[in-house]
Amino acid sequence: MSTFLGMPAAREGAGPSPQAAPGTLSGIGRPEDPLHWGASFPDAAKAALENGQLRRNLGKATSTIRTKRARVVGEVPDWEALRDAGSAVKTDVLARLPELLEELERNVTARGGVVHWARDAVEANRIVADLVRAKGADEVVKVKSMATQEIGLNEALAEEGIAAVETDLAELIVQLADDMPSHILVPAIHRNRTEIRDIFLERMADAPPDLTDVPRELAMAARSHLRRKFLSAKVAISGANFAVADTGTLAVVESEGNGRMCLTLPETLITVMGIEKLIPTFDDLEVFLQLLPRSSTGERMNPYTSMWTGVTPGDGPQEFHLVLLDNGRTKVLADEAGRSALHCIRCSACLNVCPVYERVGGHAYGSVYPGPIGAILTPQLTGEKSDLPYASTLCGACYEVCPVKIDIPSILVELRAREVSLSGASPETADRVWKAAMKAASFAMADGGRFRRAARVPRLLRAISRNGVIRRLPFPGSLWTRSRDLMEPPQQTFHDWWAEREERR
Amino acid sequence: MTDARTEILSRIRTALGSDAPGPTAAGVVPREYRSAGEHAPGSDVVLALLVDRLEDYKAHVHQVPAADLPGLLADLLGRSAKSQVIGSSDYRSPDVLPTTRESATQESAGRGAVVVPAGLDPAWLSAADVDVHTDSRDAPMSAAELDQVDAVVTAARVAAAETGTIVLDGEPDQGRRAISLVPDVHVCMVRTDQVMQTVPEAVRLLGAEPARPLTWISGPSATSDIELERVEGVHGPRTLHVVLVS
Repeated sequence: MSTFLGMPAAREGAGPSPQAAPGTLSGIGRPEDPLHWGASFPDAAKAALENGQLRRNLGKATSTIRTKRARVVGEVPDWEALRDAGSAVKTDVLARLPELLEELERNVTARGGVVHWARDAVEANRIVADLVRAKGADEVVKVKSMATQEIGLNEALAEEGIAAVETDLAELIVQLADDMPSHILVPAIHRNRTEIRDIFLERMADAPPDLTDVPRELAMAARSHLRRKFLSAKVAISGANFAVADTGTLAVVESEGNGRMCLTLPETLITVMGIEKLIPTFDDLEVFLQLLPRSSTGERMNPYTSMWTGVTPGDGPQEFHLVLLDNGRTKVLADEAGRSALHCIRCSACLNVCPVYERVGGHAYGSVYPGPIGAILTPQLTGEKSDLPYASTLCGACYEVCPVKIDIPSILVELRAREVSLSGASPETADRVWKAAMKAASFAMADGGRFRRAARVPRLLRAISRNGVIRRLPFPGSLWTRSRDLMEPPQQTFHDWWAEREERR
Repeated sequence: MTDARTEILSRIRTALGSDAPGPTAAGVVPREYRSAGEHAPGSDVVLALLVDRLEDYKAHVHQVPAADLPGLLADLLGRSAKSQVIGSSDYRSPDVLPTTRESATQESAGRGAVVVPAGLDPAWLSAADVDVHTDSRDAPMSAAELDQVDAVVTAARVAAAETGTIVLDGEPDQGRRAISLVPDVHVCMVRTDQVMQTVPEAVRLLGAEPARPLTWISGPSATSDIELERVEGVHGPRTLHVVLVS
C-alpha cells in the first residue's frame, strides 16, 4: 500500500486555538485530557505560526540548547557505543518487563517501600489522593514529573481539596499562568523573562513588588516563595527517571535542588512511574547517567541526582510509596512497530532539533508529550485517531540525536500508513483522482495553444492573494491549501515574458 | 474482578505474545563503551579534569594537603558567615545579588553556624571561629533548625572527573541528605584517591552498597528555565566549595 505523506484534514469539531492570547495568562487552562487537548495540529500550528513572540522565544532557546548539546556530546569518545548499549538495555527491559517489574516490587518492598499498581489515570490518581488524605495533608510539594502530568494528577488532587505545588521553576511558571507545559524538559520555553516577571507579579502573592526581569532575580523570588513550603511539607510527590530492578533503587535527575527538597524533607514520598522506566541492574545506570544529561540540557551532568532504595531509617522520608502506571503503555508494547517509543528516557533532544517543533512550539501538539517523540507516543498511548504523525518533515534529525536510538521517522511513516487506511479514503479513490489529474495535464500539454492558455490560469489567482500569499483555494485546490499557503503566482508567465522579449529585439 | 497488578502483568504478557507467566529471554547488551578511563584514580590528569569541570559549573575548588585543612576551613567558614543572610526567609544574599538592600544590615550578624555530620573528624574544624552543630540519624536537626545554619561541611564517597560529579552516600562522615541540602554553603571534602576519571568507575564503586541513599552533586544548585540562561543557586546550596585533600 502506498503511504500518504501529506497533512490530513483538520479534525471535525476542533476546539479553539491553544495558543497564548496576548498577556501573561495563557487562557489554555487545564484540559480534561492532558494527552489530547486543544485544536487539531494543522489548526493549532497555523495559529502558532502567526505568533511572532512565541517563535522568537523558541528559536532562541532551541538553537542555544542544540549548540550546547553538540559540544558536550562531541567530547565523549564512546558516544555511539553508549547509544548502542542504551538502546539494547531498553529492548531487553521490554522483553523481560513482567519479571523485572516483579523483581523491582520485591526489592522495593524488602527495603520498606509499598508498591501500588495502576491500570489507568483514574486509578493512579485515586491511589495518590487516598495516600495523601491518609496523612491528613491538604498541600503536597511536587517535583516535575511527566507521568503525573500525563494523568492530570494536580487537577484530580484539587478536586479532593488537595493543593499540589509544582516546585520546578519552569513548572511553577506554567502552573501560576494556568498554562500547559510546551516542552518536556523546559516547560516554560515559550515564555521570555518579561512574561515570567509579569506572571510572578500577577499570581505569586509574595513576589517582591520591585521584581525585575533578570533571570537571577526571578529564580531567587521562586526560591523565597517555595522555601517555606519545602520546610513544612508533610507529603511529596515525584516521578522517576530510572528504577533499578535488581536493587529496588529509584533515581531522579534534576538541577535546581527542588527534587532533593521533595525527596528528602517530607515524611512521606509518593513516586508515580510508568512501567517502562525500568533498568535491570544498578550498573546500567552508568549508561543512562552519561546519555541523559548531555542529550537533554547539554550539560556533562545535571547538578543533582538523587537515588534512594525503599526507606533509610533516620534519613529522608520514612514512608515511601511507588505507584506503577500502565495508562496505555501495554497498548504501545503490543505494537511491534512502535514499541521502541517506550525506550524514551524523556531527554527532549528530539524536540530541540525538530524544524516543526521549533516553528510551532509544544502547545500545537495538544499533549504533554510534544515534538517528534510525542507525535508517536501520544496517539499510541491514547489509541485514538490522530494527525500528529504528520507533524514532521521526516528529516531524520530526531533519530540522529536520540540517545537510545528510537527510529522516530520510520515509526511516523508506519503510523501515517495506518491513519490513511483508517481514514476511509481507499487507495482506489486516490488512484482515480491521480489518473484524472494526469489525463487533464496531458490534454493541456499535448498542444502548444492549450498549454499557453492553461499557463495563464494561475494569474487569475492573484485576485485572491493577499500580501503575496494565497491561503485558501476553491475546491479542489482547497485540499492543498488546507495545510499550506501558496505563494502568489508571478504577473507574467515565462511564455509571455519570452514573447515580449523577442518582440522588443 | 482482577486486581490491577494481575491485570497489568497479564496485559504485558499478552502484548509480548508470551501469555504464560515465566521468564522470557534476556536480550544481549553490547558494552563496547569505556568502563574505565585511561588514567588512574587520583592522578594529576584526573584531578585537573575534575577541577576544570567543577569550575565550569561555578564551584570553588581548593587543593590542600591534609595538614592545611583546618586553616582553609576556618577561612572558608569565616568568610561564608560574614557574607550570608542568616536565618532570613529572603534569600538575596550579597554574593548573589550584590546590589540588593539588606546586605549592609546583615553584615554584622556575628559568629556563623555550621552543621557537620557526626562522623566527621572534629579536628578539621578546630581552627574555625563558628558555632558547630552536629547532626546524625539518631539526633537529627529539624529542617527549620538547618535553615538557621549558614554552612555544612561533609566528606564524600567518590567523584567522577569527566562530569565534575561528587557523590555522597550517607555514611557517618557525610551525614543525612538534609544537611547538605538546606544550608546555603556546602564545603565538601574529597580525598584525591577518591577521584575516578569516568562515570562507570564511580557507579561500580557505589554498586557495592547500592541501597545507601545517594546524592550526586555536579556544581551548585542551578536552573536554566528562563530563556536557558544558567542561574547558579535555586533551592539547594548556592555556593559549593570542593576541597581536594591530598
